[in-house]
Amino acid sequence: MAEPAPPMPAPTISQAPLPQAPVLNVEGLTVRFAGAPAAVVEDVGFSVARGRTLAIVGESGCGKSVTSLALMGLLPPAARVAGRAVFAGGVDLLDMPPRARADLRGDRVAMIFQEPMTSLNPAFTIGDQIAESVVRHRGATARDARARALAMLDLVRIPAAAERLDAYPHEMSGGMRQRAMIAMALANDPALVIADEPTTALDVTIQAQILALLAGLQRDTGTAVILITHDLGVVAEVADDVVVMYAGRAVEGGPVSALFDDPQHPYTIGLMGAMPALGRRTGRLATIPGAVPLPADMPPGCRFATRCPFADARCAAERPPVRAFGAGHGAACWHAPIEGFGVAA
Amino acid sequence: MSPVGEPPILEAVALSKHFGGRRRLFAASAPVRAVDGVSLRVRRGETLALVGESGSGKSTLGRLMLDLMPPTAGDVLYEGRNVGALPAAGRRALRRDLGIVFQDPFASLNPRMSVADIVGEPIWLHEALSRADRRARVAALLRRVGLRPEHGDRYPHEFSGGQRQRIGIARALASAPKLLLGDEPVSALDVSVQAQIVNLLEDLKAELGLTLVVVAHGLGVIRHMSDRVAVMYLGRIVELAPVDALFETPLHPYSQALLASVPVPNPRARRPRAPLEGDMPSPTRPPPGCHFHTRCPHARPLCRELSPPLDAVPGDRAVACHFWAEIAGAGAGAPAPAPSAAFTRRLTLFEAKAAAAADPA
Repeated sequence: MAEPAPPMPAPTISQAPLPQAPVLNVEGLTVRFAGAPAAVVEDVGFSVARGRTLAIVGESGCGKSVTSLALMGLLPPAARVAGRAVFAGGVDLLDMPPRARADLRGDRVAMIFQEPMTSLNPAFTIGDQIAESVVRHRGATARDARARALAMLDLVRIPAAAERLDAYPHEMSGGMRQRAMIAMALANDPALVIADEPTTALDVTIQAQILALLAGLQRDTGTAVILITHDLGVVAEVADDVVVMYAGRAVEGGPVSALFDDPQHPYTIGLMGAMPALGRRTGRLATIPGAVPLPADMPPGCRFATRCPFADARCAAERPPVRAFGAGHGAACWHAPIEGFGVAA
Repeated sequence: MSPVGEPPILEAVALSKHFGGRRRLFAASAPVRAVDGVSLRVRRGETLALVGESGSGKSTLGRLMLDLMPPTAGDVLYEGRNVGALPAAGRRALRRDLGIVFQDPFASLNPRMSVADIVGEPIWLHEALSRADRRARVAALLRRVGLRPEHGDRYPHEFSGGQRQRIGIARALASAPKLLLGDEPVSALDVSVQAQIVNLLEDLKAELGLTLVVVAHGLGVIRHMSDRVAVMYLGRIVELAPVDALFETPLHPYSQALLASVPVPNPRARRPRAPLEGDMPSPTRPPPGCHFHTRCPHARPLCRELSPPLDAVPGDRAVACHFWAEIAGAGAGAPAPAPSAAFTRRLTLFEAKAAAAADPA
C-alpha cells in the first residue's frame, strides 16, 4: 500500500499510464440542469484506451448514466454540459456541431442501452435497423448493408441469423434482442462503445453469455469500451480500470485490482462490504447509513459526508482533492487511508 | 430451524398452475405451465429461498403457497390443513398468518393512503381495536422497521426506495404473521440500501420467530440469507439443498451453470467461462422429458424421454437429474479467493465507526 501523496493539481481521477494515446480522454465533465441546485455530474475525468474496458460504477443517482448521455450528446436541451471529451486525439465530443456529432454517433462511437426493447424500433425488423446504420454512415447499398447486417448477426452468434434478419424485436428473447443491439452498435466498427447497464435486464446465465460475447468481440476488434454498471461483480469480471461515482462525483478510480484490493474511499469500502459475498456467510452485511442527499441538501464539501462514519467538519465544508495511492490509483477523501483516522487528526 | 422430521409449517403437494390456454373461436392457445407439479415442504423457522431465472415459476409458486391464487392442480397444506378445503373464516385466519413483501416498493403502496393507513389496514381488517390502540400499534410497527412514528402521517412518495420497502415490511408484519414471503424483496434496491433491508429482515426473523420464504434471483442475497435453497427451472424444482452444500457442490447441471454464471466480485477470481448456451424454452411449449435437456451439456437420450423425479440424496438434499451421480463435481467451482487484508481491515474500521455513530451510548 502506498503512502498518501500530496494533492494532485487537477481534481480528476487518474489512471495507470495508458499504453497508447487514449481513444477518449474526459476532463472536468460537468452537467447541470437548468434551475437545479447542484450539478448532477461535477468535474469528472477519465480516459480509456484502445482494447480496454473502463467501468463507471455507482448506485442510482450517482450520475453514471448522465455521464454517458453527455458524451453521446443525448441529454435534453435543459442540460448544460461543460468540460472536454477528446475523442481519438482530435475532436471534442462536448464541443461539436450537432451534424458532425450525429455523423460520429453510431459510427465511430456507439452505444448499447440497458433495455433493448425500448431502444430498438418495434416497427422495423432487426435486419433493417442494422442495415440503416450501415447505409447512413457508410453509404452502403441496400444489398451490401443487408449482407453486413447478416454478418453482424452471425458475429453476435444469433442462431439462424438469416431468418432473424426479418424478425421484429418483439419476436426475440431478451438475450437475443441484446445481441441484436450489440450487432447494431458494432456494425460500423466503432472505436468506442459506451454500454449503459448492458446486462442489467437479463437473467444471470444470459448475462454471462453477453459479457463473454462482448469480451470476445472487443478482443477481436480492439474497440474501447466504457461500461456503465451498478454491479461490482460485473466490474470485477470485465473491467481493466474503474471509476467509482457517488452523487455526481468520481470519488475513486484506478486499475481494477487496486480498487478491489486496496480501496481507499469510505464509500468504495462500504459499497463493497454491502454486497453479499458468494462464499460462506461471515455475519451481517455492512451497511452505509442513510441515503444519497437530495440535490438541494448536497453538502458543499465531500458529497459523501452526510453518510460517512469518518466525516468531520472539514469533510462537510471543503471538497477533498484527489490524492494518489499508487500507480494510477486516486481517491478523493480527506481521511484516506482510514487506518490513520484519529491517529493523525 | 426445526428438525427434519417435524411437520412442515407450509407444504406444496404436486402443485401446478397453468395460465391461459383458453379455447378461442378457431384455435386453442397452449397454456403457460408456470408451475408444473411441484412438491415442497417449508420447515418452521427456516429461511427457504426459491431461486431461478425469469419464467422459472418461482414467484407463481410463492403466490400459490400463500393462497393468493388458486392452483390448477395440487394442494397447499398450512400446518397440516389443506388450505383449499378451508371455510372462509379459516382462510381469513390464514391471511393473518402468512405475510408478503413485494418487490417494487414504488408500485405496491397505495399513493393516496398515508403510511399509517397502509400499515394499519391489516390491523383493522383482522382485529377490532380502538383508534388509539391502532395508532399505538402502527407506531410500534414503524419503530420496529426503523422508521419514526411521525412518518405515519406522510405519503409513500415522500420516502426513498429503502424506506418504502420498510413500510411494506411493516404492513406485512401488522397482522403478526408466522411466515413471511419476500417476493424479490430487495432486487429493486441499490446495494447499500439492499444490505439495510436484508439485515432488517434477518433481525425480524430472529426476534419474531418467523419462517421466511424468499423468492429471488440475486444469488449473493440468497447465499447470505437462506438456510435451504430450491432451484427452479421452467416450472419445476431441479435441486433442493442446504445453502452451503448447494453453492459449494451443486449437483444439478442447471444449478452448476447458474452458479458459474454469477460474476464474482473479485478480479483475482476471473476465469474463462463456458456460459450456458441458448435461452430458456417457452413455458407454453416445455420440452419433453427433463425440461433442461435442450441446454444441458450432459444430456443423453433418456433425458429427452423421461422427466427425472426430484429424488432425495444424502446430505438433506434432493436433485432431479438422471445422471447427477456421474456428473457430480462437474460444476464445483473453485472457492472465491478471500478479500485482501487491506479491504478487510478497512471494512472492519468502517463498520465499527458506523456502529459507534449509530449508537453513541
